[in-house]
Amino acid sequence: MNDQFDIIVIGAGPAGISAALEADHHGASVCLLDEQASAGGQIYRNVSQSTPARTKVLGSDYLKGEQLVRDLRNSGVVHRTGVTVWKVGQDGTIAYSKEEFATQIKGRHVIIANGATERSTPLPGWTKPGAMTVGAAQILMKSAGIVPTNAVLIGSGPLLYLVAQQLVTAGAPPKALVETQTKTDLLRATRHLVPALKGWKQLAKGLQLIAAIRMAGVPRFTGATNIAIHGDEKVDRVSFEANGKNHSIQVTSALLHQGVVPNTQITRSIGLKHIYSGQQHCFHPVTDLFGQSSNIVFSIAGDGAGIGGAKVAALSGKISALNAVCQIGKIPKSKCETLAAPILKKRSAELAIRPFLDAAYPPPADVLRPADETIICRCEEVTAGNIRRFASLGCKGPNQAKSFGRPGMGPCQGRYCGLTVTQILAQETKQSHDVVGAYRIRAPLKPITLKELASLETPKEPETVK
Amino acid sequence: MAHIIIGGGVVGLSIAYGLLKKGKNVVVLDGADDDFRASRGNFGLIWIQGKGEKAPHYAMWSRQSANLWSAFAKDLLAETGVDVAYQNAGGVDYFTDDNVLETRALSLANLAEQLDDDYPFEILDHSRLKAIVPEIGPKVVGGIYSPMDGHVNPLFLLRALSIAVRNAGGKIKTSARVVSVTACDRDFSALLADGTRIEGDALVLAAGLGSVELAETLGFDAPIRPQQGQVLITEKLPHFLKYPSGTIRQVNEGGVQIGASKREAGANDSEDIATSASLAQHAIDIFPHLEQVKLVRSWAALRIMSPDGYPIYQRSQSARGASFVTCHSGITLAAAHARLMPDWILERNSAPDISQFSESRFHV
Amino acid sequence: MFKLMEGEDAQGSFTFLFEGQPISATPGMSVAAALLAADVSIFRQTPVSQSARGPFCMMGACYDCLVYVDGMNVQACMTKARDGMKVTRVPVINEDIET
Repeated sequence: MNDQFDIIVIGAGPAGISAALEADHHGASVCLLDEQASAGGQIYRNVSQSTPARTKVLGSDYLKGEQLVRDLRNSGVVHRTGVTVWKVGQDGTIAYSKEEFATQIKGRHVIIANGATERSTPLPGWTKPGAMTVGAAQILMKSAGIVPTNAVLIGSGPLLYLVAQQLVTAGAPPKALVETQTKTDLLRATRHLVPALKGWKQLAKGLQLIAAIRMAGVPRFTGATNIAIHGDEKVDRVSFEANGKNHSIQVTSALLHQGVVPNTQITRSIGLKHIYSGQQHCFHPVTDLFGQSSNIVFSIAGDGAGIGGAKVAALSGKISALNAVCQIGKIPKSKCETLAAPILKKRSAELAIRPFLDAAYPPPADVLRPADETIICRCEEVTAGNIRRFASLGCKGPNQAKSFGRPGMGPCQGRYCGLTVTQILAQETKQSHDVVGAYRIRAPLKPITLKELASLETPKEPETVK
Repeated sequence: MAHIIIGGGVVGLSIAYGLLKKGKNVVVLDGADDDFRASRGNFGLIWIQGKGEKAPHYAMWSRQSANLWSAFAKDLLAETGVDVAYQNAGGVDYFTDDNVLETRALSLANLAEQLDDDYPFEILDHSRLKAIVPEIGPKVVGGIYSPMDGHVNPLFLLRALSIAVRNAGGKIKTSARVVSVTACDRDFSALLADGTRIEGDALVLAAGLGSVELAETLGFDAPIRPQQGQVLITEKLPHFLKYPSGTIRQVNEGGVQIGASKREAGANDSEDIATSASLAQHAIDIFPHLEQVKLVRSWAALRIMSPDGYPIYQRSQSARGASFVTCHSGITLAAAHARLMPDWILERNSAPDISQFSESRFHV
Repeated sequence: MFKLMEGEDAQGSFTFLFEGQPISATPGMSVAAALLAADVSIFRQTPVSQSARGPFCMMGACYDCLVYVDGMNVQACMTKARDGMKVTRVPVINEDIET
């Protein structure tokens, strides 16, 4: 064991940074582990190195991350960047690699703030080069200042509009928005509008984005179905049906998005309790109000505990940190409750818009029930039809599906197919998602070299801090 | 009436498949998705060298099965369309210690003598080994090649058996945990967790570690325990490794699988870093170029170990028509279980003599 | 096709080699971003069906952008481009070993 901390935080997005700062503030020794070279997570990715051009495109919400990153730099938090966490033990021991060197550290309490990934969007042709997620396009803007010149955005959700508007501002307006949400979705969502009105500022922002996209003359198709991505080797065309007509658009980039889902690789690997949310169509770990998981050593903060967005994540990070420092005896329970109360209140106000957003932008049938020939496991190239065949062979859970046909056995370890496999098996076997369950996740959480693993056979010199 | 097979792993399905071939009805009762399942976690070897060093009957039985494997794999392909990636080019065990190599070589020579020299193997020093496996590193002092060894994709095997059993008219009930069994003479009833009952006139208990809780009612001792084994698998690489070994093999999809740790950890199938680190080091010692290769997955699974490590084949004295089958080498023995075992279960004259594998050997 | 966004300049740019060809990158760019900016969209062929793949998630989750950097399999989106680095495609795994 190289070193020990009161609190280890995994992930330096808004939840992780806020958690680390709060715990540091209460005198805990804190180590913040993050995979990126600089703090901010995906939402504030690279914010401390942004250029004027990027800042203009990405807008003021993005810049809010700057302060958080600055506060982190001025704190006592030990921030380790470029770190790949590949095993989290049930006792709070964490194995990670940095620059091909593996090490283990231990926390008395661990706050998992590893955020979300974009929901898998299995559509015909979605594995072709040129098809990428909308989030990926945004990361390219934030981290490299580049934009796709000939793109169509496909899917639904607020990020679709945000990125479309950012592409317009960046001088690369997309050729079209192909939206899967229908008028019925929007009508159904309106019953959530009264509570959502508490979140009117966010709604107003959304409407402004849509207006900007319209102003730029970017065509919008809604209620799109039968979406397919074409091209010999790489993407050259997208086809779909909308308003009763077939459409075809020549493009080189097909940007896909269907909202985001909690990244449960770490929480699953520790064996924490999870539950399926019918509202968000995904699993999330079971936590209490403070983010405490089913194992006393672990809290979960931010989108990894259930999708709430950046502001909610930052508040959850603080709440989890209060709970954690209380647990290890840095502050008494009464103080924890007093400090947490206003933050909890603020968080529930911020969460008011979620039911509206979840209902307005649901993942469409194309994605929840992919056609038989559509690949769902990108790594091992397993199709939805394969999974249905395994179900007909009596396969009731994803782990047996895995052993029958290798979905989830590639290098991404089921990150992109896990949820879809569970959803298909639930449909086919008429079991609930919770009964079907999820892949058993094991170490390494991300591939590491055999040399890195072997280096842990004998004790190593302690790593120098920072 | 049907044969009830409790256990839908490779052992249970192999026997079910064999019984179907003999014209019997079978219903296989398989447990939950997250049960301990050796069939999903094993290494995939059809391995002979070194097995049964002190028990020639076990060496013979394993070899008999290995000899049946080629035809078995062909049948499965023809009947199910699943190629189980069976390969029988032989296997090589690698040694990094002269003394260990010498001990093993002596023990194999001793076994060969007891088996009238019908036990081919060859001892190779570093340079001769390097001629057939150029990737070995300087720490390898030598190896033992045996043409008897081979390997297979064990997950494909599981799938092929599952399809073959269904194609032949067998029933497989999944998520069918057996809570209790009642047994009268040739009259069995298995109560499932969901309340349904499955009736049959014969029963095979092949539920791996799950056999223990049902054994007593059926008149078996089932002196078995879990022994944890961990396995690593790397990213897919171009094929370089023709011969599998007891600890390293390249699977048909290209990944290099590293394994064979043994840990007495009870009913615990969580992988641990100390064990996987030593497996990784072992692989690098044998093949130094694997150092830079990425590990994609690791897992732990539980072997089903009898006190002497050999299979247990036992007919019930108290419940006629019930048999107990367990072993930790379900892949190697799959062909024997499918092709030879049914006659023993059906108490036919043509049954193989496997009396030395009965539970009575533990009663002395 | 990708281009630099309006107002973004290529200050401090340097080159690295991809399959022996020089690729230009700006400081902080990942290997994946630099290759995309240089109009390389096909990064590798899958070991299962030898079909073409390129970056998909850009955040280290999907493993579709794998390349070799100095002989090691890495995610191009998680690897910062460095002056003079040598990037190659991962070897193609043609088919299963004959059985």
